Amino acid sequence: MEQSGKDKRIGVFVCHCGLNVAQSVDVEKVVQEISSYPGVVHAEHYQYMCSEPGQELIRKAIKDHNLNAVINANCSPSLHEKTFRGLVQAEGLNPYHQEVANIREHCSWPHANDRQTATRKAIAIIKATIDRLKLNMALTPAVINLNKKVLVIGGGVAGMQAALRIANGGYEVVLVESSPSIGGHAAQLSGTFPTLDRPACLVAPMMAEVAAHPRIRLYAYADIEEVSGYVGNFAVKIRAKATCVDETKCTNCGRCFEVCPVAVPSEFDRGLSDRKAIYRPFAQAVPFRPVIDVLSCAHFSDDGCSACEQVCSENAISYDQKDTVIEEELGAIVVATGYDLITRGIAPEYSDDPDIIDGMQLERLLSPTGPTGGVVKRPSDGKVPKEVVFIQCVGSRDQEHGKSYCSRVCCLYVAKQSLLYKRSIPEGQAYVFYMDIRSDVKGTEEFVQNVVEKGRTMYLRGRVSKVFRDGDKLKVWGVDTLTGKSIEIAADMVVLATAMVPRTDAKDLARVLNIIADQNGFFTEAHLKLRPVDTLTSGIYLAGTAQWPKDIPDTIASASGAASRILSLFSREELLHDPAIAYVDEELCVGCGQCVSICAYKAITLDEKQKLASVNEAICEGCGACAATCPSKAMKHKNWTPKQFFNIVDVFTKEYE
Amino acid sequence: MASKPKYNNTVCDPSFAAQVRERSGVEIERCYQCMTCTLGCDANFAMDVAPNQIVRLTQIGMKEAVLTSSSIWVCTSCEACVTRCPNEINIPHLMDCLHQIALEEETPVKEPAVPVFHRAFMAPVRQFGRQFEVLMTGLFILKARKFSLRDMLTNAKLGFGMFTRGKLKFGPHRIKGTKAMNDIFQKTLGGRGT
Repeated sequence: MEQSGKDKRIGVFVCHCGLNVAQSVDVEKVVQEISSYPGVVHAEHYQYMCSEPGQELIRKAIKDHNLNAVINANCSPSLHEKTFRGLVQAEGLNPYHQEVANIREHCSWPHANDRQTATRKAIAIIKATIDRLKLNMALTPAVINLNKKVLVIGGGVAGMQAALRIANGGYEVVLVESSPSIGGHAAQLSGTFPTLDRPACLVAPMMAEVAAHPRIRLYAYADIEEVSGYVGNFAVKIRAKATCVDETKCTNCGRCFEVCPVAVPSEFDRGLSDRKAIYRPFAQAVPFRPVIDVLSCAHFSDDGCSACEQVCSENAISYDQKDTVIEEELGAIVVATGYDLITRGIAPEYSDDPDIIDGMQLERLLSPTGPTGGVVKRPSDGKVPKEVVFIQCVGSRDQEHGKSYCSRVCCLYVAKQSLLYKRSIPEGQAYVFYMDIRSDVKGTEEFVQNVVEKGRTMYLRGRVSKVFRDGDKLKVWGVDTLTGKSIEIAADMVVLATAMVPRTDAKDLARVLNIIADQNGFFTEAHLKLRPVDTLTSGIYLAGTAQWPKDIPDTIASASGAASRILSLFSREELLHDPAIAYVDEELCVGCGQCVSICAYKAITLDEKQKLASVNEAICEGCGACAATCPSKAMKHKNWTPKQFFNIVDVFTKEYE
Repeated sequence: MASKPKYNNTVCDPSFAAQVRERSGVEIERCYQCMTCTLGCDANFAMDVAPNQIVRLTQIGMKEAVLTSSSIWVCTSCEACVTRCPNEINIPHLMDCLHQIALEEETPVKEPAVPVFHRAFMAPVRQFGRQFEVLMTGLFILKARKFSLRDMLTNAKLGFGMFTRGKLKFGPHRIKGTKAMNDIFQKTLGGRGT
C-alpha cells in the first residue's frame, strides 16, 4: 500500500495572499528554489491563488505539465484545502494527491518582520510537504449505506416537534416514549409564559398530530434497550412494556378504573391525587388506552386480585402479557429525553410539610384539568391559600448543595404562576423571594414587570432561611437584601422553584448511545456555538431539555434544528466518509486490543479468534490515537504514516541542523 | 416548633404599599433599585434613609421604617430624582403622600419643625389667599417653641431689611376670590387636615 513517490509529477503554487504572505516571504525566491526540488515539475506564484484567475492557473498547469500531484502553499488547510482538493478532482486527479503547505499562519504571520527567516522557513515547509505528498496514497471516500428512518427518544415537546418535522419532511420516524402517554411535562402545565397559552392549545394538537401521522410509529410505554451501529446504519432494540390490556379489544369504557382497589399517587398530578393500578395517565393521553402498572397491581403482588378482569365485558385484560422486544433499523437518532425536577431533599430548611410544594405541583393545582379543577387549594386541608410564598433558585445556582447552573425557566414560570394564582384567588397575595430576575426571552421582561405592577406580586430580593409550621400557617423567615430587612411572612402555602435536572437514567442512555453527558448529566453537544444540536457521535442529535434547561421556545428551536440536520443528512442518497482514516496492517497485528480501548468512537472491533483488529470505515474519524498506541505498528493512519512523519522531520532537521 | 431567631423579623404589609400607590398615584412597583434618584439627590446628605430605600421600603410595606424616617421631611421636592428616573417614579409626590399619612396617623415625626413650619406656612394662605409673613413667623415661633434670642434677632434683622424694601407688610392682604380658594382646599383635601 505504501507509495514510492517516484511516479508523482508535482506542481507547486505559491500564493501571495495579497501582502499577507508576500510582505515577509520572498515568493520569487521560493519558486526559484522549489522548482529544482526533486519531484517538482512546475512551480509558480500568484497574488490570490484561491481566486478564479488563480485557480485557472492551476488548471492550466495541470494540463500543460501533465501534473498528477499538487502543493498549494498558502493559508491554513482549514480555509482552502477543500477548495483546492475540489479543483484537482475536477481536473481528474485524486483529491488526496493535493496537500496544503501552510506558509501564512505558520510562517509569514509569526515572522512578519524578518523576511530572510520567513523565506527560508517557507521553503522548508514546502519541501517537507512535498516529501510527505510523495508518499500519499490515492484514496476514495468510503460509501456508507443510508437508512432513511429516524429514531426519536422521548415524546415530550422536543421529541414530538422533531418527529413531526422529520415525518413531514417525508421520512419514517419511530418515536419511543417511556411513560404510557406522550406529551411530556408540557402536558402537565397550567399555562405558558409570557402569553399564558394553555397547553391544550400548544401540546394537545401536537399529540394528536403525532398519533395520526402516517409516517410516525409510536411506541409509548417502551424503553430503549440496545443501540448498535453507526450513522446511516443504527440497529435498535426497543422493549415495549406489557400493558396487560389487549388494545384491540379494549373500548376505553373505564369500568376497570372504578373497580380497581389499588390507589397510588398519580405521576401526572405529581402526587396530589391518586390513580389506580390500571389507569390512563390523564384524560387527553395519547395513545388513549389503559395500562396496568404491574409494580402496584394487586394481581401480581399478593392474593391475585382480578377485579378489572371480572368487570371487563370485552375480555381485554390479559395479565400474562409479556414485554416485547422490537428491532428497528435506522439512519439517525434524536435524543429528547427531557428533564426532572431536583428532589426536595436538597433544601432541608424548607421542612417536609404537605403545604410546601414544588413548581410542578402548583402547575397541577392551577390547571383546569388538575386535582382541584383549577382553583388553588392547599394540599393539607383543601383551604384556599390567601398568602403564598414562592422561593426561587432552590437547588440551582447553589454549587455547594445543588447545581451550579441557572435553571433558566423558574423566574418566568414563578411570575406566571403568581399571576394565575392571583386570577384564581383575587384577594390572595403572592410573595416571591428571588436572587436575580432573569427574563431574557422575547417579551418576558415586560411580562415580569406587568406581574409586579398589575399583578401586585411582592418581589423580595433575598433568600429564605427557614420555613416551618406555626399552627394553621407556615412561617417563612427571609430577608430583603435591598433594604437589609429581615422578613417574616405567615403563609398558607409555600412553592419551591426547584432546579431542572436531567432524567435520572440519562447517563445510562449516554452509555448505550455512546454520547457524552456532562457532570450534571445533561447531554453534551459537539460544539456549543457551531454544532449545538449535534453530538460527537455522528448521526445522533439532541433536542430540548436533555441538553440543558430550556423553555418551550428554545426547546422547539433545538428540536427543529435537530430535524433540519437530519433532513439535510437524508438529502443525499448515500453517505461519503473521509477516507483519511486508520487501517490495520493485518500481517503485523497481534490482536492485543489496545487500539480498541483507546478509540473514542468505538470504531475498532477485535476478532478474538483470529487475533485481528479491524476498523469500521464509517465510524473512524481519523484522529490517529490508535496508530500512536499500537505497540506493533500495525495500526496506521492513511496518508499520515510514520515514514511520512520522518520525511517531514528529515527536511526540517536538515534545514536547521 | 423552632426557636426564636436571633434577629428581629419584620412583617411586610402589602396593604400599606397599596394604600400609598392608590393615594399618590405613583407607580412604586416599577422601581428596580438603580439608585439614580439617590445619586442625584441634593438632600441625601441630610437624610437617614436614602430616597431609593424609601421607595423600596414602601414597595415591601415597611410602614414604620418609612413614616418614622427623617427623609420624608428633608426632601426639598426639587424633582431631580423624577427627572432622571428611568421608570418615571415621582418621588416628591410619594414623599407628599407619606407626609400626609404620617400626620394623619400621628406618627412620631423625626423632624418636628418641618410639619410645624408647613402648617404655619399654610394657615395664612388658607385664610387670606396669600402669605402673611408676620403671622407665619409668629405661628412658627409659638408652635415650634423656637424662643432662642439669637434666632429672633436674626429674624428681626431680616424682617427689617424686607420691610425697608417694601417686601413685608404689617397687615394681611386678602385676595378677592376667597370662596373659590376655599372650594379648592375643600376639593383637594376633602376635609383632611392641611
